[in-house]
Amino acid sequence: MEADLEPAADHAAEDETPRAASTQVASLLERFPEARFLERSYASSATRYTMVEVPNEDWVAFAEAAKDSGFDTFIDLAAVDHYTDAPRFEVAVNLLDIATAQRIIVSTRLPYDDPSLPTLTGVFAGANFYEREAYDLIGIDFTGHPDLTRILLPDEWEGHPLRKDYDVGAIPVEFKAGSVNL
Amino acid sequence: MTDTTKPTDETDATPEEVAAPELEGASRRRRIHEVWVSGTEERYPFATSTDEGAQELLPRDQETALAIQEGTLVDDDYTSQPEVISDERQIINMGPQHPSTHGVLRLQMELDGETIRRVKPIIGYLHTGMEKTAETLNYAQGSTNVTRMDYLAPFHNELAFSLTVEQLLGIDVPERADAIRVLMTELNRVASHLLWAATMGMDIGALSMMIYGWREREVCLEFFEKATGLRMNHNYIRPGGVAADLPDGWEDDVANIITVVTAGVDEYEELLNENPIFLDRTMGVGVITPEECKQYGVTGPIARASGIGFDLRKAMPYCGIEAYEFEVPIGLHGDVHDRYEVRIAEIRESLRIVEQVAAAMPTGDYRTPDPKVTPPPRKRIDESMEALIHHFKLFTEGIRVPPGTAYQSVEGPRGELGCFLVSKGGARPWRMHWRAPSFAAVQALPAMMTDSLVADVVASLASADPVLGDVDR
Repeated sequence: MEADLEPAADHAAEDETPRAASTQVASLLERFPEARFLERSYASSATRYTMVEVPNEDWVAFAEAAKDSGFDTFIDLAAVDHYTDAPRFEVAVNLLDIATAQRIIVSTRLPYDDPSLPTLTGVFAGANFYEREAYDLIGIDFTGHPDLTRILLPDEWEGHPLRKDYDVGAIPVEFKAGSVNL
Repeated sequence: MTDTTKPTDETDATPEEVAAPELEGASRRRRIHEVWVSGTEERYPFATSTDEGAQELLPRDQETALAIQEGTLVDDDYTSQPEVISDERQIINMGPQHPSTHGVLRLQMELDGETIRRVKPIIGYLHTGMEKTAETLNYAQGSTNVTRMDYLAPFHNELAFSLTVEQLLGIDVPERADAIRVLMTELNRVASHLLWAATMGMDIGALSMMIYGWREREVCLEFFEKATGLRMNHNYIRPGGVAADLPDGWEDDVANIITVVTAGVDEYEELLNENPIFLDRTMGVGVITPEECKQYGVTGPIARASGIGFDLRKAMPYCGIEAYEFEVPIGLHGDVHDRYEVRIAEIRESLRIVEQVAAAMPTGDYRTPDPKVTPPPRKRIDESMEALIHHFKLFTEGIRVPPGTAYQSVEGPRGELGCFLVSKGGARPWRMHWRAPSFAAVQALPAMMTDSLVADVVASLASADPVLGDVDR
C-alpha cells in the first residue's frame, strides 16, 4: 500500500453492493439533499459503517431522522482538529442500528472562529458526557448543552489540549551533570 | 495598603501584597473569602469557602441537568416518591479515594435520609492525555500506548487499535495471527470477568469471593506472562499480526486454564447462587432499561443483562471469530444479579471459544508478510539490501499509513471498545479517539442509582464494572 493512494479510488469498485444494502441510509440521504455521502467502510473492515457529512444546520435534524430510521443507539461522538484545513474542526457522531447491525458515522465541519454546534443531548441523552469531552479537549461549543463544563481536565485548565496548536509539553529530565530540556 | 483594602486573590498576590498580617505560612495559599459578621466591620480572612468550581451539583432550576442527575431523563424505571424537600437532604461525596470506586471515580450524591435522590459522576482524576500522546507516537509504538488505557483488557485495546490501522493499510493478517488474537482476547475476557467477580464479591460483602477470583485470574495472567513477557500491558497484538508466536507447551497451559477456571466458576456459583444475602443485595438493584442503554450508549454485559441481545462478535465479527460456536447470554431484568449471571455465563462461553481455537489452531506465519509493515527476520538483513532498507525505514520512521478516517470496534469485556482514527498519511496518527465502554457506563450511573438505597450504590457501581483508566484515558 502506497501512502499517496487515494482511499476513495480504492473503494469505488465495491461501492454498489454496500450502497444497495443500506436502504436506510439511502432514504436518509434523499431526505437531506445537502448531506454528502463520504464512503463505505473499508473492504477489510469487520465493522460495517457509512460515513456521511452534513451541513451544520442539519446536524440535529439529521440525528433525529437517523434515530427514527433505526439508528437509535448512541455509540460515540468524536471531535477532530484538521489544523490548517478550512473549516478546521470536525465533529463526528457514531450511531448504531442494533436490529440490522450497521452503523452510520455522521460528521460536520466547523470553522475556527465559531466552533459552535447545537447539542445532541435532546436527541440522545448519552451525548452529554461526549460533548463535554469534545468541549474540554478540542473546544467545541455545544449550544444548549445542560452542563457544558470540563470533564477530564481540571476546571481552571487553560486551552484545549487536543488542538493541534497546543504544545505537547515536556518535563525537564534531571541528569547528574545538569538538566536536559526535552 | 491597609487591611481594609479589597481582598486579593492568591493567584495574583505576592506574599508582600497580602493584606492581612496574620496570614502566615500555609494559610496564605488558601483562597481567601470575605466573611462579614453582621453588626461589625470586622473581617475574618481565614474563612474558606467550600467552592468546588464547576463540578458541584447544579441548582434545581436547570430542568435537564436535574433530570440527568435524577436518572429520569430517558426512562423513569423506579417509582420514586414525589419531590419532598426535607431537612434530611444532604450532599455526600463518595470518592475519589473510596475503595469500592475501583480507581478514582467521584460520585456526588444527594441523599434523602437513606435514599439517593441525585447522582453526579465526576471523572478525570486519572486523565493522562493518552489521545494526545498517541499523536506523537508512530503506529508501531501506538499499541504500547493504547494497551494502558483499559488496563484490565489490554489485549482488546491492542486489537481494536491494530484492526483500525490494518483497515487503513488495507492489509489482512494470516490465519494463525487471527486465531492467536481470538485466543488471547477471549482469555483476557475471562481474566477481566474473574477480576470483576472478585471485586464485586468484595464490594457487597462476599469477601472470600475476592480471594477465589484473584486465584483463578492468576492462572490466566501466568499464561499471558509466558506468551508476552508481561502480566499486563502486553503490547503483544500489533498492526500486522502479533509480536511473537505462542510459547512452547501453550496447549497444556490453555487446557489447564480451562480446567481451573471452569472448576472455579462452578465454585463461585455454589458459593453465591443460593446465598440469600447475595440475592437480596443484587436482585432488583441498579436496574437499567433497554431504552436507557441505547440512549446512554451502554453496551456489553450491562446492555445484554437488560435484554439487548447484541454482541459485536456475532453482529460484526472480527478476526474470524464467527467460525467458532458460542452463545450470547442475555438477561431480562437489567439488575445487578442479571449482570452477574451474564458475566459468569460469558466466562463459560469464552472458554468454549478458547477450547475451539486451541483445537483448530492453524499453522503458518503469525505476522503479515508485507515488508512495509513487518520487519524482516534478522538473517535476511545480512543477505538482502531491500530487507536492510525496510528494517531501517520501519525502525526510524515507522509504518506509513495512507490518509483516511476509520472506525473499528471490538467486543471488550465492558462493551464496545472502538478506535476512531484519522490519518493524514505518514507514520503517526493525526487523531486517535477512543470509544471507551466504561465512559458510557459511568454516564449511565445516575439512571441505575437514583431512588435506591445508599447501600446499593456500591452494588450498582460494582456491577457497572468501570475501569477508570478506560474512562479517563
